[in-house]
Amino acid sequence: MDYRSFSRLEELASERGRPIWEIIIEAEMQESELEREEIMEKMRERLEVMREAVERGLENDFESVGGLSGGDADRLSRSDEFLGSDLTRKTAEAALATAEVNAGMGRIVAGPTAGASGIVPAVVLSLAGEKNLSEEIQIRGLLTAGGLGSIVASEATLSGAAGGCQAECGVGSAMAAGAAVAMLEGSTEQIFNAFALALKNLLGLVCDPVAGLVEVPCVKRNAFAATHALTAASLALAGVESVIPADEVVEAMAQIGDMLPCSLKETAEAGLADTETGRELEENIRDLQQQQQ
Amino acid sequence: MSIFDVMGPIMIGPSSSHTAGAARLGRLARCIAGGDVEKAILNLHGSFATTRQGHGTDRALLGGLMGFSPDDRRIRTAFQEAEERGLSWEFREVSLSGVHPNTVLFQLGDRGDIEIRGSSIGGGEVMVDRIDNYEVEITGRYDTLWVVHEDRPGMVGNITSALGSHEINIASIRNMRREKKGIASSVIELDQPLTDDIFDHLAAMAGIEFVRLIPALN
Repeated sequence: MDYRSFSRLEELASERGRPIWEIIIEAEMQESELEREEIMEKMRERLEVMREAVERGLENDFESVGGLSGGDADRLSRSDEFLGSDLTRKTAEAALATAEVNAGMGRIVAGPTAGASGIVPAVVLSLAGEKNLSEEIQIRGLLTAGGLGSIVASEATLSGAAGGCQAECGVGSAMAAGAAVAMLEGSTEQIFNAFALALKNLLGLVCDPVAGLVEVPCVKRNAFAATHALTAASLALAGVESVIPADEVVEAMAQIGDMLPCSLKETAEAGLADTETGRELEENIRDLQQQQQ
Repeated sequence: MSIFDVMGPIMIGPSSSHTAGAARLGRLARCIAGGDVEKAILNLHGSFATTRQGHGTDRALLGGLMGFSPDDRRIRTAFQEAEERGLSWEFREVSLSGVHPNTVLFQLGDRGDIEIRGSSIGGGEVMVDRIDNYEVEITGRYDTLWVVHEDRPGMVGNITSALGSHEINIASIRNMRREKKGIASSVIELDQPLTDDIFDHLAAMAGIEFVRLIPALN
């Protein structure tokens, strides 16, 4: 019942004539020895934490621990100029809000990681708001996201230190795209296409955080990766296909991740972390820490 | 691979290894030390020292020492919480050799009575690899017994038969001693929960110095 690949998951779904999230639930029941209702309840609990995090982020009454991010979800929600649909705006806001809460030592669901924790909730919650979708359908979205992400975890990596940001925000965006299609009753092919399209477009993304903190560029990147997922889902629902199948995109991601130098995998040695401003901020943070010691 | 490892854990941000893992290490250290701690020196090595403030590693470690789980909102205010509880603490930056980049060495108790070394090894997973001079492997994935006992023939057998007679299966066991015929340490990971009577039975056995139960972290 272990799927470990998109093609195997598709096979199981078509053999049984059931949607992939049902296969994902069955596999989870075996893996974790939980009853179906317990699995739904655990996901419901996660959905609740996600809602709270978005609300908390939009209240904007806290600061990030490193002091390099914050207030942008609020800024966006008050802006009179938004170049996109209401759904896109809500999605960007929710992603920023969650990522800001994470940077401010608030409570989040690390999915696929803490640094990329704003993407899946932003898409699932905003789409549900836009289309008036039930909690059950939102949970379906999260189950799908988790199932797709677990394939990447077993075949490649979800860690920025091992694979760069493509493995965190890239996969987060792909999981969210697949979740969105599942929530709108898309076919298995469409779900996988959405996943593959989103991930392909973020391949090679490096992890170069300023001062090694989950703030710059991570917080804002969550907003980009979330709205990017909406584009991928829209394309897939329109019948656009990924020329490279999802399994092979994941392989490519793993290969690229291995080839990326360590200096661009969470070590804060190169890229944005090594810019003049990046280094200056790093030094300020270091000084502040020493003063307080 | 559970989907809840991908869509989870629920945690206080910002970093699974520097915040959630740190809280878990603190909790493990608390259980190993036997509960409430009044004085703690926390020696931070590598990334733990550099992300100490920016990732709230310090607050998470301290929160864990007070028993907070990684999703406990009190981690954010751990310093105040510690003051209110009369826990005094000190952070030091150190350079340890041959250890993982995210490593902390706890010295707990009035005179630094117990030393516990642990690392956050990625994705919130942790490993305590040394208690005082004993090499151990404690991950918090299982209920774990730490038994310090006399180093003589039959001791390990007595412990494992006692567990077996209560239908408790051993997932792993690691035994080592400091010197021949001195004191030895056994770390035993269990598949089933340990009840109070089995614990008391073990603690009262001849040749046992002490027993600690380190419950699985969730």
